[in-house]
Amino acid sequence: MTKEASLEIPKIKDGTVIDHIPSENIMKLAEILSNKFKSTVTIGINFESKKLGKKGILKMDDTFLTEKEVNKIAILAKDGTLNIIKDFNVTKKYKLKIPDVIEEILKCPNPNCITNHEKTKTKFMVNKTEPLIMRCRFCERSFGKDELIFE
Amino acid sequence: MNFKNRDIISIRDFSREELLFVLKTASEIEKRSDDYKDRLKGKVLASIFFEPSTRTRLSFESAMQRLGGSVIGFADSKITSAVKGESFMDTVKIIEGYSDVIVIRHPQEGSARLAADVAEKPIINAGDGSNQHPTQTLLDLYTIQKHMNRLTGLKVGFLGDLKYGRTVHSLALALAKFQTKMYFISPESLKMPDDHMEELRELGSECLEYERPEPKLHELDILYVTRIQKERFPDLVEYERLRGVYRVDDKMLSLNPRLKVMHPLPRVDEIAYSVDARPEAIYFDQAKNGIPVRQAVLCLVLGETL
Repeated sequence: MTKEASLEIPKIKDGTVIDHIPSENIMKLAEILSNKFKSTVTIGINFESKKLGKKGILKMDDTFLTEKEVNKIAILAKDGTLNIIKDFNVTKKYKLKIPDVIEEILKCPNPNCITNHEKTKTKFMVNKTEPLIMRCRFCERSFGKDELIFE
Repeated sequence: MNFKNRDIISIRDFSREELLFVLKTASEIEKRSDDYKDRLKGKVLASIFFEPSTRTRLSFESAMQRLGGSVIGFADSKITSAVKGESFMDTVKIIEGYSDVIVIRHPQEGSARLAADVAEKPIINAGDGSNQHPTQTLLDLYTIQKHMNRLTGLKVGFLGDLKYGRTVHSLALALAKFQTKMYFISPESLKMPDDHMEELRELGSECLEYERPEPKLHELDILYVTRIQKERFPDLVEYERLRGVYRVDDKMLSLNPRLKVMHPLPRVDEIAYSVDARPEAIYFDQAKNGIPVRQAVLCLVLGETL
């Protein structure tokens, strides 16, 4: 957590903080993680960031997310960090990593893909991260970052 | 190499060795067809076609019958419970209970992969929308190997609709595993999609693009011709402008007497009828090769070995 952010958002005692999220993605990211929230959640938008210009931050009291759970949303925050807080101290810190396979959170942009017609989970295989290219496991089409549709 | 219970969904799932193994099996079955005539006795193939097909459906059915097995199925989804609102996944689960192997053609891309996820019996993709048609690619490879006595290091030209043609996309992907030099010849508006070109180049293929076949025809071993597909054009004026842009005829073939001409069929007017009788024309043999190749696939996924 940056010094500037800590001045404006109160520290949490126990929980998880995701930092360095592009501001424009934070609401989507919060929406995706919302079913994991256990207690108070603070969403910060447009904090100054040397790296991103403006950044977002998500603080989740009493909510503990695993690295795997958070990596699912790493396509929204590829420079993001995950901080596990216990008794006001950062006990673990990870840099988010885009996983090799992304399940569920994306809708296939191909309208003729079977996943848009049957009740089934989507699955995308990440071919490249820079720039992000992923292939739908079902229709086998490749998509870039700008084409992604979140469910 | 064990293919028992394996789903045949996409050419992307095959290694070079696996492709060669299927072709070797097909060749054995073609040579010793009598030895295989009861190999699948008692087995039932469900042939479920949600979209029209003649060659693929009939050649699968013929392949199964020539192996002693029997066939159930439908060739028109309007006569199934799909019209009552049954989901595709439920239809597959029900049919799985009646059969040992399922061949599916469906208009939506990814349908065969989804069927394979819900069914335990082997699923063979006979075309999922504009995505994959792996047994067509296998029979294309078989035809090339049969006529050229090899698959490695050939020079193959693809002519026509390279944008929408799934046969071209998956054959190119398979040939990329055999150090093939590929020449993609199409009008600008029907070029190979960029992501396919990138994938082929990443696999190490040399890929060249042209708008006319004549300048490079003498270099080719195989010319794979495709139909300009009327049904793909939102603008029929554009279709009319492009439909006759290429025509393989005797004059064109005089530029390369050792060339072999393939076509997944049906053709419209992109190959002159006068070419049919020439030694260069191997497209009817190509269609016929669907039988041993599909016999091989059926035998392998049902656990039969050579």
